[in-house]
Amino acid sequence: MKPTDIKNPEYFHKVVDCQYACPAHTPVPEYIRLIAAERYSDAYMVNWQSNVFPGILGRTCDRPCEPACRRVRVEEEPVAICRLKRVAADNKEDIRDRLPTIPKKKNGKRIALIGAGPASLTVARDLAPLGYIIDVYDNQFAGGGMMRSQIPSFRLPLEVLDEEVNYILDMGINTTFDIQVESLKEVLDQEYDAVFVGTGAPRGKGLNLPGLEDASANVYLGIDWLSSVAFEHTESIGKRVLVLGGGNTAMDCCRTSMRLGGEDVRVVVRSPFEDMKASPWEKEDAMHEGIPIYNNHVPKEFVVEDGQLKGMTFEKVEAQYDEDGKRSLVPTGEDLVFMEADDVLMAIGQENAFPWIERDLGIEFDKWDMPVVDETTFQSTNEKVFFGGDAAFGPENVITAVAHGHQAAISIDLFCRGESVDQRPPPQVTLASQKMGVHEWSYDNDVANDERYIVPLAPLEKTLKDRKIEVELGFDVATAFREAERCLNCDVQTVFEEARCIECDACVDICPTDCISFTGNAEEEELRQRLTAPAGNLAQDLYVSKDLPTTRVMVKDENVCLHCGLCAERCPTSAWDMQKFLYEVTKAGA
Amino acid sequence: MSYQIPKFRHPDLPVNDLGYTKADYEGSISSLCAGCGHDSISGAIVMACHELSIEPHKIAKLSGIGCSSKSPTYFLGNSHGFNSVHGRMPSVVTGAAMANRDLMYLGVSGDGDTASIGMGQFAHVARRNLNMVYIVMNNGCYGLTKGQDSATADEGSASKKGDANVYSAIDLCGTALQMGATFVARSFSGDKGQLVPLIKAAITHRGFALIDVISPCVTFNNNPGSTKSYEFVREHAEATGTVDFVPMRREITTDYKPGFSHEVTMHDGSSIHLYKVDEELDPFNRRSAMMTLEDHRETGSILTGLIYMDRDSRDLHDVLETSQRPLNELREGDLCPGNKMLENINASLR
Ligand SMILES: Cc1cc2nc3c(=O)[nH]c(=O)nc-3n(C[C@H](O)[C@H](O)[C@H](O)COP(=O)(O)OP(=O)(O)OC[C@H]3O[C@@H](n4cnc5c(N)ncnc54)[C@H](O)[C@@H]3O)c2cc1C
Ligand SMILES: Cc1ncc(C[n+]2csc(CCOP(=O)(O)OP(=O)(O)O)c2C)c(N)n1
Ligand code: SF4
Ligand code: SF4
Ligand code: SF4
Ligand SMILES: [Mg+2]
Repeated sequence: MKPTDIKNPEYFHKVVDCQYACPAHTPVPEYIRLIAAERYSDAYMVNWQSNVFPGILGRTCDRPCEPACRRVRVEEEPVAICRLKRVAADNKEDIRDRLPTIPKKKNGKRIALIGAGPASLTVARDLAPLGYIIDVYDNQFAGGGMMRSQIPSFRLPLEVLDEEVNYILDMGINTTFDIQVESLKEVLDQEYDAVFVGTGAPRGKGLNLPGLEDASANVYLGIDWLSSVAFEHTESIGKRVLVLGGGNTAMDCCRTSMRLGGEDVRVVVRSPFEDMKASPWEKEDAMHEGIPIYNNHVPKEFVVEDGQLKGMTFEKVEAQYDEDGKRSLVPTGEDLVFMEADDVLMAIGQENAFPWIERDLGIEFDKWDMPVVDETTFQSTNEKVFFGGDAAFGPENVITAVAHGHQAAISIDLFCRGESVDQRPPPQVTLASQKMGVHEWSYDNDVANDERYIVPLAPLEKTLKDRKIEVELGFDVATAFREAERCLNCDVQTVFEEARCIECDACVDICPTDCISFTGNAEEEELRQRLTAPAGNLAQDLYVSKDLPTTRVMVKDENVCLHCGLCAERCPTSAWDMQKFLYEVTKAGA
Repeated sequence: MSYQIPKFRHPDLPVNDLGYTKADYEGSISSLCAGCGHDSISGAIVMACHELSIEPHKIAKLSGIGCSSKSPTYFLGNSHGFNSVHGRMPSVVTGAAMANRDLMYLGVSGDGDTASIGMGQFAHVARRNLNMVYIVMNNGCYGLTKGQDSATADEGSASKKGDANVYSAIDLCGTALQMGATFVARSFSGDKGQLVPLIKAAITHRGFALIDVISPCVTFNNNPGSTKSYEFVREHAEATGTVDFVPMRREITTDYKPGFSHEVTMHDGSSIHLYKVDEELDPFNRRSAMMTLEDHRETGSILTGLIYMDRDSRDLHDVLETSQRPLNELREGDLCPGNKMLENINASLR
């Protein structure tokens, strides 16, 4: 193998598993250390720079970082990254004076943002400090998009939402709420310099089954029902509720039903339990509230008697997998199952809808009637119009919307300055030794053995009575410290300098997880076989040195390195050093 | 500064026949200087014992005094240990081995501990062919007491202090041969590929097995001018050949060039495969071994690998015809022949 080019920022970035997996590349270990040091405001700001909504995301993020966390590979449970973020938000001081100042004198460029969800708000957050004049249009009465209309208050209290949405709207953003944008042409006609479409994926999918027409008074689309609860148009539901679907929307629907009068609330899903789309913790939360999940039940019919919904019938199936692992749901042949219901919530998916975008504006639509959007620049085929969030490529989550927003803001800024949107700014990186003394490091290199701490919950008797009472209580600061200590500091990199190495093997001998080998060079496939411990995880890179005096090379398998610094402590010549790698995604205007 | 090795290990560590991973043979975190050759030898001992699937409680590790003699704390944490007095490890092992022949005895010593204060004990334990592995972590100096030249320092070699040594060096392999050792090898801490199979062969050998391992002292004797530095040893080492240890019931998979290759079956049924590079040396012939050592000394190269092995070795237990059962297992009934027998004996003397 060729020697690893550690100057390429993506090499060490990939070693920081959580940050790499985060769509916005939040410097996770950096803020976790700040939490351990009780510097909550600093931890909050590290987050705010990257993901804009630390308090919201610390409660609701889909947390792609956690399954990626190194701790999963060396132990079992990831660091509770998401809930630590909440600790920073809960314990910070007033941070308003740390927010960017907004220039009084504007730069003369006007930008329209359609939709006020996290994607648009991120664009506003990045462009307002640069002097752009920003007009936001949204059909809801306040900003936040689905974070307001869909995510229930028992998961995300309104105060937290309002606080973080307002940090942005207070940047002198012109808002027009309660307005449905009916024509993109009309917006473009107002001679904006650029338009950002952040309207999400607002249309719920339904199931057209026999009996639907007669039952329609008691059958709702999940996302429409959730928003009508959030906006207090709906205050109750029947005692027996069937929720169809296995995603996170279904989980929010069933849990909300329990709080609005539902007594026998059931989730019924076609697929096996393991294949459900909902995150494991969302399923756990629903089951913790006493909601049963019926899997392998395919809905067949709405049963209506005397014009009144009585329930639904389901066909029982089992999952069978063919050679390619493709799943088919095969009926078991058992009798249809009947379940009683007063109300049915259909939570089987959402989709995009752009009836308000005229098709003659130069915006190309593909065969699925989705706009053609560049995955890097978020520009559409009309150079003035950008898309981001769920509107760009279909429903995702808040953190993805934020990541899109940052990139779209970069493009809009470049575009408005007459530069090419393809000139993406490189990330900002620093790599600094953490050595403080012979065996002293400026980070806590001890590896904590603690198992993941559980976030305490408010008692069910209390939370099930009021949909606005937050279920999770968050870590107290003492538990947060212990959880933070579980982080392995994957951003503190093992940096190897071959010219200093005397090949004494000290690092090989001490490394607790057998990461390091000295061996003859070979092609990657062969090299992976001949290391001290097998390097079978192909998703993790090998760090290969230049040739050493004995003609061997140093090969380090990054897979289960604990970043404990022992290799560097045991190295007599400091050929190994522990260096903190800070990787920041460059934002617009920087 | 770390005081503990983290508990997490590589999830795919190989397990041996006993179901143990290498981690089960490790000790506590080393407090030797970073880069000390002794730590690598500790690592090699861990690998050898793990690969041989020796039950850790069937091993006794004993040592004298010195950095080298401290190292047993840093390997085989689940085995018996005895850190004895300076130069006196051999007599403690002798006592222990006589009392309980069922343990594997691993003596760890330094060049000071062996070739200075312990020279007498070393000579006699070799001569008695005690069934033990005797590893000398040889750095040519007294590391623990700040690097004074030891008796194995080569004439003319200079340690960090800079003065060239004026005395001639004791060659421990030569001495051991002279004294009647039945297994003599030399190796280098920086060459686990050679050292691990040698340790395995030494453990399997029945009788006194010396491995003189050159082990640089990074703090006091790893400077230019020293003949025990990493760089000098790498440049001047010449291997007698390669040794492959083939455990019992495992197939031999390596192809050996005929003529140069020897297969030796050990008393437990395992075998070692010796692939010779040095045409002069016959490792089963003491005279040849001594001559080859001398030849290399004259040319200034360091002969490593298996130097001598007596395939018909009879250890001290064999010679003394001791009880097959360890003494600590003999009960009153075994040891006291009873009144009747006493009367018979008395009667025969009347
Ligand atoms: C029930 C449910 C629960 C969810 N829970 C989570 C969660 O816990 N964590 C998570 O990360 N994600 C969650 N999501 C997904 C997340 O809410 C979205 O991915 C995210 O909000 C998308 O952001 P966005 O900015 O692209 O659009 P949105 O948040 O959808 O915002 C778009 C805004 O534009 C408005 N709008 C649309 N069309 C027009 C128009 N023509 N004129 C004016 N205004 C318009 C919409 O009303 C809305 O206010 C959930 C989704 C649902 C449905
Ligand atoms: C009876 C006695 N005499 C002297 C000493 C001082 N002393 C301690 S270690 C040592 C030499 C150790 O050298 P070596 O065996 O080569 O070990 P190294 O530290 O080099 O590994 C000496 C002389 C002692 N501890 N006890
Ligand atoms: S251990 Fe810490 S730095 Fe490493 S992946 Fe997990 S949270 Fe990120
Ligand atoms: S930091 Fe060094 S010693 Fe620690 S696990 Fe990683 S490679 Fe091994
Ligand atoms: S003084 Fe020398 S022998 Fe002793 S621990 Fe340090 S390097 Fe090793
Ligand atoms: Mg010594």
